[in-house]
Amino acid sequence: MSLISANKKNKTNDFALGQKNITMVQAITDALDVMLERDERVMLLGEDIGKNGGVFRATDGLQKKYGEDRVVDTPLSEAGIIGTGVGLAVNGMRPVLEIQFLGFIYPAFEQIATHVTRMRMRTRGELTVPMVIRAPYGAGVRAPEIHSDSTEAYFTHMPGIKVICPSSPYDAKGLLISAMEDPDPVLFMESMRLYRSGKEEVPEGYYKEEIGKGKKVKEGKDVTVITWGAMVKTAKEAADSMENRDIECDVIDVRTLYPLDQDIIADSVQKTGRVVIVHEAHETGGVGNDILSVINKQAFMYLKAPIEKVTGFDVPVPMFSLEDHYLPSAARIQTAIHKVYSF
Amino acid sequence: MNFPLVRCIKEDGNMVDPSLKEKISEELVKKFYFHMKRIRAFDRSAKNLQRQGRLGTYAMYEGQEAAQVGSALALDTMDWMLPTYRDHGALLTHGAEMMRVLLYWNGRMEGSFHPGKRIFPPAVPIATQLPHAVGTAWAEVRKGTNNACLVYFGDGATSEGDFHEGLNFASVLKSPVVFFNQNNGYAISVPVYKQMNSESIVQKSVAYGIPGIRVDGNDIVAVYFETQKALERAKKGEGPTLIEAVTQRFGAHTTADDPSKYRDQEEVERQREHVDPIRRLERFMHKHGFENETWIKETEKAIETEIQEAIMEMENFPKAEIEDIFDHVFEIMPRSIVEQKNEYMEWIRGEKV
Ligand SMILES: Cc1ncc(C[n+]2csc(CCOP(=O)(O)OP(=O)(O)O)c2C)c(N)n1
Repeated sequence: MSLISANKKNKTNDFALGQKNITMVQAITDALDVMLERDERVMLLGEDIGKNGGVFRATDGLQKKYGEDRVVDTPLSEAGIIGTGVGLAVNGMRPVLEIQFLGFIYPAFEQIATHVTRMRMRTRGELTVPMVIRAPYGAGVRAPEIHSDSTEAYFTHMPGIKVICPSSPYDAKGLLISAMEDPDPVLFMESMRLYRSGKEEVPEGYYKEEIGKGKKVKEGKDVTVITWGAMVKTAKEAADSMENRDIECDVIDVRTLYPLDQDIIADSVQKTGRVVIVHEAHETGGVGNDILSVINKQAFMYLKAPIEKVTGFDVPVPMFSLEDHYLPSAARIQTAIHKVYSF
Repeated sequence: MNFPLVRCIKEDGNMVDPSLKEKISEELVKKFYFHMKRIRAFDRSAKNLQRQGRLGTYAMYEGQEAAQVGSALALDTMDWMLPTYRDHGALLTHGAEMMRVLLYWNGRMEGSFHPGKRIFPPAVPIATQLPHAVGTAWAEVRKGTNNACLVYFGDGATSEGDFHEGLNFASVLKSPVVFFNQNNGYAISVPVYKQMNSESIVQKSVAYGIPGIRVDGNDIVAVYFETQKALERAKKGEGPTLIEAVTQRFGAHTTADDPSKYRDQEEVERQREHVDPIRRLERFMHKHGFENETWIKETEKAIETEIQEAIMEMENFPKAEIEDIFDHVFEIMPRSIVEQKNEYMEWIRGEKV
């Protein structure tokens, strides 16, 4: 058997290809499809991802197309999936591992905290772990208990893994392809709420979005709103409605939670001097605090008001009868925008 | 490895060993029948309520009634039960309030516990409840009682580390636990023969040096007596047992699942004729003089009334209080939560006017 190696197709974005109007979950399937096709080293592992096509259908049709040895229904064990992924990655494969829900990743915590993230450092780059862990996350879809966590901060706190959380079909595909080509491990968080919430024109074929770069989803001079994932939509809705009160917001989707795009944050805050940070995760220990640190370092002298945070509370995500109270709402964000604006 | 399938009632309703008949009183048969009919009717109602948008995602157990009722009836009220999200049939049999079970599937925290009952909240992360059972049962030993603990889990759960850790701990500590596995053939879409290369689940007991029993999980009589024996052993200080109840999940994994993606549902329906645990008991009753049309009709009516009342109670249950999301995290609320609560409650009151 010949040595499995990357397909040497040229690696520029082929924008000449057509566009298709697809949802975020379809964009994710598309990214996986493109990479399975291009790179023989790519393998998908997970629970129910093969025949069933994943509980959210993110891998629909891929086992049929690429075979059971590349799109693999594993036994039910997260530590098994990620631990095996470490071996595959160290030994030249490009595993993409699906954790069915972020709230069920914990049996693999040890593997991630002590091996996925440290292999490069421990071996001075002799052995590396280029893997992607995909995990649906977040509340707001009336899911059963424990399916709704947004615990990105456990992972941004671990040195050695990048954390990405896209908010649109276009970004999801481009960032997932980048993650799959990244030399280091990446946790790729997929908002369940956004999976099918809207369609967007997405280029066919291969293209990349840069990891570690934020994106402005709305331009304004008065208040900076910083967020990611499912909250981008909510924050944008809040910002749009502030126009009635003549408040113009810069809305930033940071897209990558580690490493953060310090420049996009600094530029905007230096301009507006007023900031609202929005996230779904609990407030204490949340990534919002890292954003505060960036602002403190890069734009402190520009601030005109104390920074507001609109976040989930320091409580477990409640069962669905109360989850809407846990989740930051557009109305709560509006109140915060108004507060920093009128300080 | 030799673990023959233990069976008392054959598919046609005849007894494997007719002398067992002495141990099967009319009262016991009626109990079996009543509880299986009751939890099946509940399961179907709950599924319908989900379809009508009156419940959230719901996990059905149709097909597993003999396994759940047979094992639950073997418990004493002082024994502990640790269920998964699919074992509310067993919960109801062990005395959980029906209205609360419905609340759980309606996204209400008030539904995940059963006041005064020795029942854990449903384990949602797979296999995590097994070590809890070991500790719970061990505490009974330390307290000098002879209460035991029964913990449910599926075939898929045997792939998680917690399964192996739980069995080994129980074995080493001689904890009075019955590990009750319902091998229903599938973990969502993954069939058991892809989950493991072991011929059976019960053979894993050998690795931990504990007794293992493989029982026909659609035969309520066998499930009941085998669970009872395992519990007796536990209570005598002889340690844990692994029971594999071989059964079948007739429906989807949950109301959010589409089983036609991974198996032939018509085939499942065809097999139902042989494997349905309720039909098997009916055949047994018919052949052994336990049939009583009037009693059956009355029972069915009583069950229907109970379910309708529970649904009404669930729907009339006071609305969820927002404060609830803050109030139960700690005994004494830390400052961060106090502040978040006050700020949010103030804000929402302002919002509402
Ligand atoms: C740790 C963990 N991983 C994944 C899941 C998602 N999940 C829910 S049920 C299930 C299959 C469980 O199969 P099995 O143990 O056989 O029990 P059954 O559902 O058949 O009763 C999976 C993978 C979960 N709940 N917990």
